[in-house]
Amino acid sequence: MKAAVLVFPGSNCDTDCFHALKDVMKMSVEYVWHKERSLAKVDLVVLPGGFSYGDYLRTGAIARFSPAMEAVKKHADQGRYVIGICNGFQILLEAGLLPGAMLRNKTLSFICKRVWLKVEDVNNPFTCRLKKNGVLSVPIAHGEGNYYCDDDVLKKLQDQSRVVFRYCSQAGQLGESFNPNGSRDHIAGLVSEKRNVLGMMPHPERVSEAILGCEDGKKIWESLLAEVSS
Amino acid sequence: MNYQAQVNVTLKKSVLDPQGKTVLHALHSLGFEETRDVRVGKYFEVKVEASDVKKAEEKIRKMCEKLLINPVIEQYSFKVSEG
Repeated sequence: MKAAVLVFPGSNCDTDCFHALKDVMKMSVEYVWHKERSLAKVDLVVLPGGFSYGDYLRTGAIARFSPAMEAVKKHADQGRYVIGICNGFQILLEAGLLPGAMLRNKTLSFICKRVWLKVEDVNNPFTCRLKKNGVLSVPIAHGEGNYYCDDDVLKKLQDQSRVVFRYCSQAGQLGESFNPNGSRDHIAGLVSEKRNVLGMMPHPERVSEAILGCEDGKKIWESLLAEVSS
Repeated sequence: MNYQAQVNVTLKKSVLDPQGKTVLHALHSLGFEETRDVRVGKYFEVKVEASDVKKAEEKIRKMCEKLLINPVIEQYSFKVSEG
């Protein structure tokens, strides 16, 4: 399986993603600088976390116009896989590859901690090796992860089972007290209509090997590997 | 001709503004109990060259739609003057 990790000025999780995919998952991985206009034929493009363009104007608002994003759109149009993590998710929203927008966290503070995620859908390439309604432990680190969309979009996301992860308790219950940022319908991650583009605020690359204390994030990469090799 | 636009951006009415709510509470605790609501927004000053004021307005509108605002959550208004 071949993957590309996009690098924007201000990306800071690119090395972690590269390491998880290459050293842990044994994929063939390359970095792609945001100025590149084309992408080599890869199965997966990763938009990593960080603070592209210093989060100026709005998170992801300037990165979405990077030349490489045109290539990412083509890659996605061809049905190949894209995962945007944290700032990568914010860029996908600004680029219109996923619906909705991010608001400041309801607490107004930057939150960096482990959260619990309920796996709400396994009918997509990113969670096909996971158990539906299972619970994962994955860290978040963001100031703007308060997902917002209007009622029509929310209904569509629900009707099409496109919400992949929701914030929950350790036992998998949903509720305001388990939602760290005020995200609408407790949404932590969602897929595109064609189910080949995933955006998620939590960082699976930070929990992809035992030495980091948890391997829950690895299951997403394993799902993709299984999907690509099938 | 040189024009200057003053662009105001606010969150849509349907979008909660936690920052505005926090400022509102701060105003209340400072004794401004009569404050009913606060919405926090953004303000841009954009200098632009155009052949007339209509063209300048059209350019500013395009800038807003393309980059300055996110129509999912924000709305905008602007005023263009010579200068």
